[in-house]
Amino acid sequence: MVLNVSDLTVTRGGVPVLEGVRFALAPGEVLLLRGPNGIGKTTLLRTIAGLQKPLEGQVACAPDAIAYGAHADGLKTVLTVAENLEFWAGVYGGSGIEPALAAFDIAALRDRPAQNLSAGQKRRLGLARLLVTGRPVWALDEPTVSLDTSAVQLFADAVKAHCDGGGAALIATHIDLGFAARELDVAQFRAVPRETGGFDEAFL
Amino acid sequence: MIRLFLRDLKLAVRAGGGFGLGLAFFLIVTVLVPFGVGPESATLRVIAPGILWVGALLACLLSLDRIFQLDYEDGSLDLLATAPIPLEGVVAVKAAAHWMTTGLPLTLAAPVLGVLLNLDTPGYGWLVLSLAVGTPALSMIGAFGAALTVGLKRGGLLLSLLVLPLYVPTLIFGAEVVRRGAGGMAVETPLVFLGAITLGALALLPFAAAAALRVNLR
Repeated sequence: MVLNVSDLTVTRGGVPVLEGVRFALAPGEVLLLRGPNGIGKTTLLRTIAGLQKPLEGQVACAPDAIAYGAHADGLKTVLTVAENLEFWAGVYGGSGIEPALAAFDIAALRDRPAQNLSAGQKRRLGLARLLVTGRPVWALDEPTVSLDTSAVQLFADAVKAHCDGGGAALIATHIDLGFAARELDVAQFRAVPRETGGFDEAFL
Repeated sequence: MIRLFLRDLKLAVRAGGGFGLGLAFFLIVTVLVPFGVGPESATLRVIAPGILWVGALLACLLSLDRIFQLDYEDGSLDLLATAPIPLEGVVAVKAAAHWMTTGLPLTLAAPVLGVLLNLDTPGYGWLVLSLAVGTPALSMIGAFGAALTVGLKRGGLLLSLLVLPLYVPTLIFGAEVVRRGAGGMAVETPLVFLGAITLGALALLPFAAAAALRVNLR
């Protein structure tokens, strides 16, 4: 198992949104998180990525195993496509950026400043970052927003290639990515409202 | 970490990066003060150390909210927090980049602007030295303030209010070094205190700022 989540309770703004979340992710596996808006998919992914602490339960995975892909792409608009990608490749100590540029078909845009890209092209650049991280587990939040059908296909191919290489992916999405994958409806973990009495209480 | 440093420098120098903002502000302050105070060179000589230090401090303050806010807005702060760099290192590197683009240019420009305020000749060396020793503390304290206010829209006002009191010791000792230096007196005591504040800030505040960022990213 590359990722094992047990009895996880996640909070947003101090209020528990999901509780008792449990699943495991094996190498080569893709798990699609489904659920209505506001159910807590983003919160769950941020907790798994380590950006916030769970209220209860634990996330077991190797340190530095997870590459997180958020709603925002984290692009610097005054840097070119290649500079943006080279920065992340350098930070993660990853390999060259050429395979990542090729995988998302943005090699032709490499010298263009990110501010001149379309929304879909920016998204492709943001997703290309995942390839240069070299991390085994991808935790992606709505990765296909503003992608057209051919770009979704590119993304699906990249995920498949990643999983064939022993990686795993955890993807919150509402659309059909065009390949068979296990699905987990997080609505079943919806939390019952309760008092947490946590550290933040004094400040709210 | 060196990548992050180079990226921040590149971002600051490219269009819209804010490089030169502090420098221009410093220039404006020191050019305008003689018009406001009057042309008596004796008066200017007395107030020069204080004006130069206050100008440099306010110029430093101008660009503080950019340290983390821009990265927070475009999502790269989330990504940096999950990257294999410790968040303390991110803070230290960003403060260093801020100093390179703000504190260092201010330090180098200060002697030229000192002429406008009729600073005494022995004071020039001490002015450069005191700014070189003191401005890293301004950047580091500022990065801590920026980390505290990173999630807030228009957090600039709160940032200034939080940071200004913390800037006071640096201002007092920095201006005192220049005043004593210009007057030919011994400068060791204020200079040692100035250095101590800077070293203390560099040693402690990366951890405090990283803790503040972690809370704000939740």
